[in-house]
Amino acid sequence: MPVFDGKDKSRYSSFTRRSLLLTGGMTAVFAVLAGRLYQLQIRNGDQYKTQAEDNRVNQRLLSPPRGRILDRFGLELANNRRNYRVLLVAEQATEGVGAALEAIGKVILLTDAQKKRVLHDIAINKKFVPVPIAENLSWEEFARINMHLPYLAGVQPDVGETRDYPYGEGMSHVLGYVAAVGPEDKKDSDDALLSLPGFRIGKRGIEKAFDAEVRGAAGASRVEVNAYGRVIRELSRDSGVPGQDVWLTIDGELQKFADQRLAGQSAACAVLDAQTGDVLALSSTPGYDPNFFNVGITPAQWRVLTGDERKPLLNKALSGAYPPGSTFKPAMALTAVQDNLPADFSVNCTGALTLGNHEFHCWKHGGHGHVDLQRGIAQSCDVFFYEIARRLGIDKMESAARALGLGAPTGIEIPGENSGFIPGAAWKEARFGIPWQLGETLVTGIGQGYVLTTPLQLATMAARIASGRAVSPRIAHTVGTTVQPRPLPDPLPFSDAAFAAIRKGMDAVCNGGGTASRWRIAEPGMEMAGKTGTAQVRRISKEEHAGGVRNDASLPWNLRDHGLFIAFAPVAQPRYALSCIVEHGALGHPQVQMAHDILLFAQQRDPLKLRPAYPTTAAALPANMMGGRG
Amino acid sequence: MTIRPYAAARRTLSITDKLYEVNWGLLLLIAIIASAGFAMLYSVAGGSFSPWAAPQILRFFIGSVILIVVALVDVRLWMSLAYPFYIAALILLVAVVVAGHAGLGAQRWIAFGPLGLQPSELMKVSLVLALARFLHGKSVEEISKPLNLLIALAMIGLPAVLVVLQPNLGTTLIIVADGAAILFLAGLSWWWIAPAMSAVLVAVPTAWQFVLHDYQKRRVLTFLDPESDALGAGWNITQAKIAIGSGGVTGKGFLQGTQSRLNFLPEKQTDFIFTNFGEEFGFVGSIALLILFAVVIGYGVQIAMSARSQFGRLLAMGITLNFFFYIMINAAMVMGLIPVVGIPMPLISYGGSAMLTVMFGFGLLMSVHVHRQVEIPRHSGGII
Repeated sequence: MPVFDGKDKSRYSSFTRRSLLLTGGMTAVFAVLAGRLYQLQIRNGDQYKTQAEDNRVNQRLLSPPRGRILDRFGLELANNRRNYRVLLVAEQATEGVGAALEAIGKVILLTDAQKKRVLHDIAINKKFVPVPIAENLSWEEFARINMHLPYLAGVQPDVGETRDYPYGEGMSHVLGYVAAVGPEDKKDSDDALLSLPGFRIGKRGIEKAFDAEVRGAAGASRVEVNAYGRVIRELSRDSGVPGQDVWLTIDGELQKFADQRLAGQSAACAVLDAQTGDVLALSSTPGYDPNFFNVGITPAQWRVLTGDERKPLLNKALSGAYPPGSTFKPAMALTAVQDNLPADFSVNCTGALTLGNHEFHCWKHGGHGHVDLQRGIAQSCDVFFYEIARRLGIDKMESAARALGLGAPTGIEIPGENSGFIPGAAWKEARFGIPWQLGETLVTGIGQGYVLTTPLQLATMAARIASGRAVSPRIAHTVGTTVQPRPLPDPLPFSDAAFAAIRKGMDAVCNGGGTASRWRIAEPGMEMAGKTGTAQVRRISKEEHAGGVRNDASLPWNLRDHGLFIAFAPVAQPRYALSCIVEHGALGHPQVQMAHDILLFAQQRDPLKLRPAYPTTAAALPANMMGGRG
Repeated sequence: MTIRPYAAARRTLSITDKLYEVNWGLLLLIAIIASAGFAMLYSVAGGSFSPWAAPQILRFFIGSVILIVVALVDVRLWMSLAYPFYIAALILLVAVVVAGHAGLGAQRWIAFGPLGLQPSELMKVSLVLALARFLHGKSVEEISKPLNLLIALAMIGLPAVLVVLQPNLGTTLIIVADGAAILFLAGLSWWWIAPAMSAVLVAVPTAWQFVLHDYQKRRVLTFLDPESDALGAGWNITQAKIAIGSGGVTGKGFLQGTQSRLNFLPEKQTDFIFTNFGEEFGFVGSIALLILFAVVIGYGVQIAMSARSQFGRLLAMGITLNFFFYIMINAAMVMGLIPVVGIPMPLISYGGSAMLTVMFGFGLLMSVHVHRQVEIPRHSGGII
């Protein structure tokens, strides 16, 4: 067989033909590719350029720093601190979110509840939105995370800001707290900040009342991002509007003192500037640590707070309603004097007043004997005030109580205020369909029965008696640079003489051998005037009255009487007004001891004489109010 | 026709003769294209030689040495080695299917010394070699005989089945296309080709139903309507089109691309590298790159046509077509003309196996060129 033959030739020519055919095919393919390039890059190039730009640029919301809450001297009651936290970007968790949580759980402690929350947050957010895994880490934990970062796909360490309450429990009821945004918060607001994972809004107290002001407005950062949403660099930045500071009329030192003084009791106390209504201290114990809510309260902590019979979550100073008891008597006395009570009016107290077949007892079993107005107030004689009530009638009593600030919310800026209750004949008729009874008038006259007041209302009443003006408690002085409206209080519809008579009686309570004389302020020029009260929590039966009223000490805590006290000081020129209540603590009058200590401290420190640090008033303040040590 | 110095002694060329005969122009062209690749790897790494550009440059130099060495080896020796190569590649493919490591959800890699080796890459070159060897001695009539055809089809089918099992649809397609093209070039009768093409038309829907994996089907469906799943499987196509399209006429400039550098493109350094090129150098640059590729292919065709042995011709044309298929499938894929299949852009995409096998293929092409005057009798089996 020859090495090469005709068959080779035919294959060669076939090969050449077919190669050229394929080359033609390849050329056609290249032409198609070039045509496609033309279509993509030249015909539609502009459209793709826009899309590429959109891809590249992402708007990120910046949460503005939350405004601080300050006392009248600029003391920070609520501020912001650095918050070391770790975020998880679901999209970057290449091993899956579960595995990422597992991995980070080996570096820092993660509870199942936290993991569940992270999974929930990831489910409701877009895959590139960073979701907080854990916040408020210690520096050591944060450093550990950073060290393990190469093995934690999708985990981003971050330093943010978080709310801090340096006084913890103490200021809790005034300040309230911030907590994570709930679905109900988003219902009537379209603020984009609310959708920012980890954002906090005010849920109670001042934090809630002035949330819009302290929140500020969202800033935005235009950033170049990659496909995972990871920021490559910032293109432009609008830092938004930082939240405004809220300046309270509170004196932090006095508040701290009051908190300490009340600690251990289920109690409330309000200290007002008697002339203006500025709230200097508003204390309610026990409290709670607002930082818990910011960080995220655990179910165990929540159970402790809600299970406590002393109700640490209740702001007793303005949400707790109590029968005022004898602290109601000055209001009745004032009304009676205004209603032309004869100057020599007196009652002979035998220990009880009989009305029909019903006996109305005085707290003093044997009676007080001869009692005039001064003695009636000083000794808190019930029979005297039964007579006063009988003279006045419920209608006058009702309108007088209202004029002194009871029965309606005081209008303080802290949300959740209880309006208390002052009964009236019309109300009774409408509510029960039964006419008002004279017996009810008598009971109302000593602050029992249907009457309910909040400690703040009682303090307001004390301030009104002390000043003679319709002062209302106000706690926010300046928000940002705007002074809150502070209308000048109107004079009350009682004569100066009536006020003088009642103040004298209250003076006698402390300084004239009255019911609070054991705790009188002895320092000259700082004497207080006041009125004690005991609010009955249980009904005392006829049989018990007959056999002797049971000693409070023998009763379980929650059946004991409430101890109340209202006061103002100094007697001569009242500037501080106070109310104090210890729940189920009438025994031994701890509330009067507290009031004594607090009013003494207030006068010794005398915050009203110090120059406040409000950013707005320093220049505008009248010269005579700028004296003192400030 | 001038007689070149070595023509008289066709069978015994000195090393110097061979070095003189190496087509240095082609090598320069390849180096230019590869350099465009280095620039892109440097760019997608955010202007850094690590992690991709530096190793790629090293591989290219190793590849260039391999190319020259392969080119200097007598083409008849390659002919002798064709079957052993093919069998070795086949064994590796089986090994991959049995014990391969999973990479990107597919078993494509096998630990082979320090390099992760992709046997399917090797198979593409080995198959071309083996088919050229098998068909070298067959006349047009012999090729169309059922038995020979059956053997040839088995040589193609066996690796195709093994690769599709990995699963790697793109490489399977290239293997089948390579094989079919070589059979066609060897002179397979149109009487066979026509029915075969009809059979393919019937087979496509069948394959859709029974052979394709879900992810492969999804790719095809997404391709047909990428916006239907713009953030899921359609992401690749949509983003690739945005990248290329946003390059416009002259591109955003070197290192100025945003799409791939910002990770909008998946596998930006491998299969989708061309999108970055299109983005940074625009229409002008992309066309220039395509022209460079076309010139290389033109060289390949010219080398094939001027070889004197059928083995050389089939080998050269087979290598050239293989190169072309890569470019066609990759470019069409990233431009959204065909569904996404995992095929890299030769010389440009990052990858050790691909670079080395492409350079090995060019070495064979060059060997055919150097030894183009060598005539090999029809019944020769090489020189061993």
